[in-house]
Amino acid sequence: MAKHILAALVENRPGVLARVSNLFRRRSFNIDSLSVGRTQRENISRMTIVMESDTAEADRLVKNLYKLVDVVHVDHLHSQPSVVRDMALVKVSASSDNRREVIQLCDIFRARIIDVSADSLVVEITGEEEKLEHFTELVRPFGIVEMVRTGVIALGRGGHTLKDEGYKPNRGRSSSRRNVL
Amino acid sequence: MTDDTTAADRATEEAGMNTEAVVLTGAEIVCECLLREGVDIVFGYPGGAILPTYDALTKYPQLHHVLTRHEQGASHMADGYARATGKVGVAMATSGPGATNLVTGIATAMMDSSPIVCITGQVPTGAIGTDAFQETDVTGITLPITKHNYLVTSLDELAEVMREAFHIARTGRPGPVLVDIPKDIQNQSTNFVYPTEPVTLPGYKPPRVGRADQVDAALKLIRESRRPIILAGHGISMSNANRELAQLCERAQIPVALTLLGKGAISEQHPMCLGMMGMHGGAEVNHAIQQADLLIALGMRFDDRVTGNLATYARNSRKIHVDIDPSEINKNVNVDVGIVGDLGEVLRQLLDRVERRPNDAWFDRIAEWRADSELREIVRPADAPQHPAVPEGKLLGAQVIRDLFEFTGGNAVTVTDVGQHQMWEAQYYQHERPHSLITSGGLGTMGFGLPAAIGAKMARPDQEVWAIVGDGGFQMTSMELATAVQEQVNVHIAVINNGFLGMVRQWQEFFYEERYNQTPMVNPDFCKLAEAYGIPAARVTERGEIEEAVNRNRALTAGPTLIDFVVEKEEIVFPMVPAGADLDDMIRRPTPEEFERKRRERAAAAEAPEEAAPEPEAPAAAATVGTRFGV
Ligand SMILES: Cc1cc2nc3c(=O)[nH]c(=O)nc-3n(C[C@H](O)[C@H](O)[C@H](O)COP(=O)(O)OP(=O)(O)OC[C@H]3O[C@@H](n4cnc5c(N)ncnc54)[C@H](O)[C@@H]3O)c2cc1C
Ligand SMILES: Cc1ncc(C[n+]2csc(CCOP(=O)(O)OP(=O)(O)O)c2C)c(N)n1
Ligand SMILES: [Mg+2]
Repeated sequence: MAKHILAALVENRPGVLARVSNLFRRRSFNIDSLSVGRTQRENISRMTIVMESDTAEADRLVKNLYKLVDVVHVDHLHSQPSVVRDMALVKVSASSDNRREVIQLCDIFRARIIDVSADSLVVEITGEEEKLEHFTELVRPFGIVEMVRTGVIALGRGGHTLKDEGYKPNRGRSSSRRNVL
Repeated sequence: MTDDTTAADRATEEAGMNTEAVVLTGAEIVCECLLREGVDIVFGYPGGAILPTYDALTKYPQLHHVLTRHEQGASHMADGYARATGKVGVAMATSGPGATNLVTGIATAMMDSSPIVCITGQVPTGAIGTDAFQETDVTGITLPITKHNYLVTSLDELAEVMREAFHIARTGRPGPVLVDIPKDIQNQSTNFVYPTEPVTLPGYKPPRVGRADQVDAALKLIRESRRPIILAGHGISMSNANRELAQLCERAQIPVALTLLGKGAISEQHPMCLGMMGMHGGAEVNHAIQQADLLIALGMRFDDRVTGNLATYARNSRKIHVDIDPSEINKNVNVDVGIVGDLGEVLRQLLDRVERRPNDAWFDRIAEWRADSELREIVRPADAPQHPAVPEGKLLGAQVIRDLFEFTGGNAVTVTDVGQHQMWEAQYYQHERPHSLITSGGLGTMGFGLPAAIGAKMARPDQEVWAIVGDGGFQMTSMELATAVQEQVNVHIAVINNGFLGMVRQWQEFFYEERYNQTPMVNPDFCKLAEAYGIPAARVTERGEIEEAVNRNRALTAGPTLIDFVVEKEEIVFPMVPAGADLDDMIRRPTPEEFERKRRERAAAAEAPEEAAPEPEAPAAAATVGTRFGV
């Protein structure tokens, strides 16, 4: 068992997210996180999928993703040098008594404080998952009021680029299609 | 697999259609696209949300619409049409209940990779999401049971979606595609030019040729094998690779076992053909698979009815798997060489270099297993000595199928329902040609038989078509008798009437101590039922009557016919690999000798009733058989 990070380029067609998430459920893949967003290409979105599994299972997911007509390209990012980031917004309770301590922790983690109120702070922190987990453990004693994470996103380093060349959007397609995900 | 552009071009030429802009409604564009895809028949059922398209159909007499009696029938007919020809079958239905009624047929087509396109009406664009009258999220419902589906969101994309739908349905690993079209889009008009450039889908590129290094690796394994066996599946006929398969097995002297859907991949009269493998396959075939040192799986997906217990499946063999769908490789069975590609292409790559190797010792062993199977055979020529298990004067389902095979010269297209009769067809009707057995394998859909047979006959009117159905499954879609009459479809229906949900009864006999809960049926008089539809019908209760009844109906060439074969109620399909058991741990019919011995033992036991029953013998599957050791 290991952590596998897959990146998938998908066409922005209605229901593409439903197709991918249905695949996880239908073939019982256990996914740790999934994040989706636009890319530099108008018609292409990129999904980053993290799963804890053996390699055979990850291969099986890649093959099944390829069966979806809207999936253009899939890559196993763990097999190449890549940069990996996760982001969290954490609302920590902090009164005037302990605010300093929380701020110090944030400094150490290069986290940013993006909102302050009388009894809490909202902290933005970016990094690999372990860093985020470590940070949340340390602020937990102060009281985490609520938090949200984006899920992992990742890119190959340098020349390791997901191939979508040869991709030509279909004539007049994207403009007419709403509800992209 | 048809090449997309040429098929469309040909259709354009034949229909004398031009490619200049004309003002058409969405509904007309649908019809226009159907024509260009070479569609001649649409199976369907009208309703509010699809009415504009039904109205447009009146302007397209080249598109023959068949009114079914239930939308399930429409999807099965489209499927039967597709399986009989390899062409895309088309079903049409309205929104809501019309669309949901298609679902069973779509799932059936999906499991067996059958190319159909379903067109459904949807509530108008503005009403989507409001729980409007007869609104259902049919693209959501069918997402896991279609190869792909579309909700058309504007008139501009309609023609392109239609073309993509047909392209996806028929290429690569075929499958069902659904196109959901809101009513307002069917009604809107536009300046329409049929797109002529080939369909390109960036995320969809079906593989063709196999990788050269893997072909080399496969040839090496073939060269090194002593006991090879080919497992031929549905993919052979879908790829039209039947000739290549015959050449491969002849050239390399490798016996061929068939999956249920592989029947027709090679002639069952071919000396290299062993017959069907799996749960109800020949014992000799399953032994051969378990004892082989090389499996060459061609266009089959190692279904659990084929492998039995995976942990002990063909343990001592190396394995080659050729499939067009990469996700099938190493899915159920890990293989040494996996080749992704179209079978026709890959087989030609192999054929170029495969060597002839005599495998006489291997064939001799298989012949020994076969001889043992023959001892246990119950279906024998009428004048030969009969197996003592055959009850005097009773008609057996298995015999009916064998006789049907004889009297139709093995030349009919047979379409089955699901159950015991389906397995008897698989065991006793030998197929020579591809697309000549049409049966629901993967989903095992009762009710498939009659509508699929109607679709098959309409697709190939020149072919004799028999629907072989059980008394249970027949009643699930028997309303389609009316469709067959209205369309004057000459399908011959053989009801194998055992008064039971026979296959389930068999499981209850083996595994639930003969508690026949909810499997006996009180049936209508099927002859009278047929007569109510104006269909000529006959009842057969003895073997001697089969020939005449079959020949009488074969001579009737207008409209459907029916024979009600009243057969032995508690017949068993032997051999049987219980679900999850090892493939060679089969429940067998006793040999005549074993049968007589057991009969004597039982008689003796009956005379001394107070004596404790003998302990059942240890763990072999046979020990799970109930007290009967039956027909
Ligand atoms: C009551 C009952 C009993 C059954 N008992 C048995 C039994 O005893 N034995 C048995 O065999 N089955 C049995 N079945 C059927 C079984 O469930 C499966 O449906 C069947 O084994 C599937 O056969 P297949 O793998 O050849 O076909 P499919 O499931 O259709 O698979 C075809 C494969 O071919 C591939 N393919 C398609 N096109 C191409 C191409 N151009 N090139 C390369 N590959 C291609 C596909 O990707 C797919 O992997 C039974 C079913 C029922 C209902
Ligand atoms: C729609 C559906 N429901 C239930 C089943 C489970 N099932 C498989 S075989 C069978 C019995 C079929 O009985 P019949 O049609 O009389 O055929 P027989 O086995 O008697 O030949 C049943 C209920 C099924 N395959 N399909
Ligand atoms: Mg029955």
